[in-house]
Amino acid sequence: MIQDPFGWLGQLLHGWLVGLGMAPEWARALQAFLAAGALATAVLLLTFLLIWVERKLLARLQDRLGPNRVGPYGIFQTIADAIKLVLKEVIVPSGADRLVYFIAPPLAVMSVVGLWGVVPLAPNLIGSDINVGVIYLVSIGSIGTLAVMLAGWSSNNKYALLGAFRTVAMLISYEVPMVVALLVPTMLAGSMGTVEIVERQREIWFVVLAPIAALLFFISSMAEAGKAPFDLLEAESEIVAGYNIEYSSMAFGMFFVGEFLHGFTIAALTVTLFFGGWLGPGVDRFPLLGLVYFALKTAVVYFGVVWIRGTLPRLRIDQVNAFNWKFLVPLSLATVAVTAVADKLGAGLGWNRILTLLGANGVLALGTILALTIYARSVRRREDRLGAGRVTPATARG
Amino acid sequence: MTALQFIFLALGLATLVCAAMVVTSPQLVHAALWLIATLACVAALFVLLEAGFLAAVQVVVYIGAIAILIIFAAMLTRRVMAETGGQTNRTWWAAVFASALLFISLVALMREVPAWQTAVSAPLPLAPEPLLEDLGQALVDVNRYVIPFEVASVLLLAALVGAIVIARPSRKTEEGGPS
Repeated sequence: MIQDPFGWLGQLLHGWLVGLGMAPEWARALQAFLAAGALATAVLLLTFLLIWVERKLLARLQDRLGPNRVGPYGIFQTIADAIKLVLKEVIVPSGADRLVYFIAPPLAVMSVVGLWGVVPLAPNLIGSDINVGVIYLVSIGSIGTLAVMLAGWSSNNKYALLGAFRTVAMLISYEVPMVVALLVPTMLAGSMGTVEIVERQREIWFVVLAPIAALLFFISSMAEAGKAPFDLLEAESEIVAGYNIEYSSMAFGMFFVGEFLHGFTIAALTVTLFFGGWLGPGVDRFPLLGLVYFALKTAVVYFGVVWIRGTLPRLRIDQVNAFNWKFLVPLSLATVAVTAVADKLGAGLGWNRILTLLGANGVLALGTILALTIYARSVRRREDRLGAGRVTPATARG
Repeated sequence: MTALQFIFLALGLATLVCAAMVVTSPQLVHAALWLIATLACVAALFVLLEAGFLAAVQVVVYIGAIAILIIFAAMLTRRVMAETGGQTNRTWWAAVFASALLFISLVALMREVPAWQTAVSAPLPLAPEPLLEDLGQALVDVNRYVIPFEVASVLLLAALVGAIVIARPSRKTEEGGPS
């Protein structure tokens, strides 16, 4: 019972359902639905806390107090906000496609909550240990793109459509380096299952073996989550609010919840794939300790996400896409090739494998910095030729 | 009827209904959305067959890439919110004839498969991990699928290069002249 409390709970429930006269097969199906509902509810309830944490942290970074009226330290502010949102009127713009308009917000939430299905929270505590967990992460994430597209189109608003177009362009682009960076932990673990990936980090975390891949994954998933500096989803100065401009009440609330939860989710995924997930001292004797380790690690990475969000200014759409296609994609492809060769060379060498991989990453990082320096110098020379300091539309476009 | 059979029948029915809606829906974007629903149902059928890899790839490739591309293209067309009138024209009977012919010949072909005759379906091997590894090995095995795999990647590379060539701005505008 101490070893596997949730499995014990499941067996208890199973025994009770069968005792009520239910066929074991149907009981198992019902249990699966109940477990999925419990996980999703827990994650969504967590969002109440997350919104408060993020607002409080952002406020501190900007030398403000943040929410401080409702409850101690303003901790109940989110609940008050949620009640306000629910009580507001749901407005459907004229000419909107009603069905599509209301499908989009739940899809946006689903694409984030669905990711938690394959996140191992503790030993033996995972939604579903499927052997293609990594591909599942990508596939569920791509549904979020669909939700943005549908919301922008069905609102019958030009600003919403424009916002959706550029958001989708960004999301699709940043999926490329994310997927390629995901290949590295898959390769190092020899499996696409998330449980197996965590288990393989017992010896050493993958962030040590593949720091560049970890950074690439973190950056591109920041963009996928639409966190600053990649928050083109809502550029007040250019397109009023973005794809969700026409949404009000809880329909808007769902986009809002999905966005805030996504920030925490990418932290959880980074921890799972690169920072050893629930691994920590003493975790084999007390499996529930794994949940604590996982939460602590995720909180640290999440603080990084909020920190970056509070510090960096928003990028322009051309800068965002140029950064992706000219920098992240080539670097991620090079990382996969280099890691594959280094891992093969260092296989079965024990500690030398780690040194080989680290060395390969170091060489790659040096090469990247060198290439960037040469590129920056050539850009500066071209700008000097075009007339020093004079900002023309051509130079501003870069 | 077991739970699995019930889910299978419900999914099959949903797939057929969604597929019918794809071709009967008068609005282009709605048709694309029904297509996504159909593809999602097929992915769920893959899950029932314990083919998790195929299910995930189905969602990534068909819903995440192809369907989004279709919607993107449809939204760039004019008057996309408007309905485009009737879904049939005068040659509908020829289409019905052709599809009926295709259906009958497919059924006739399937009857040749030995498993069709036996009432009990073959048991599925419940070992997904070796299957996935086998798929990976088969793609790089010289005796199996390495040539189709490489040809497909060269084809995709050619498409990529072609897209860049088409989208590339001409020299004049790049040099800062009036575009």
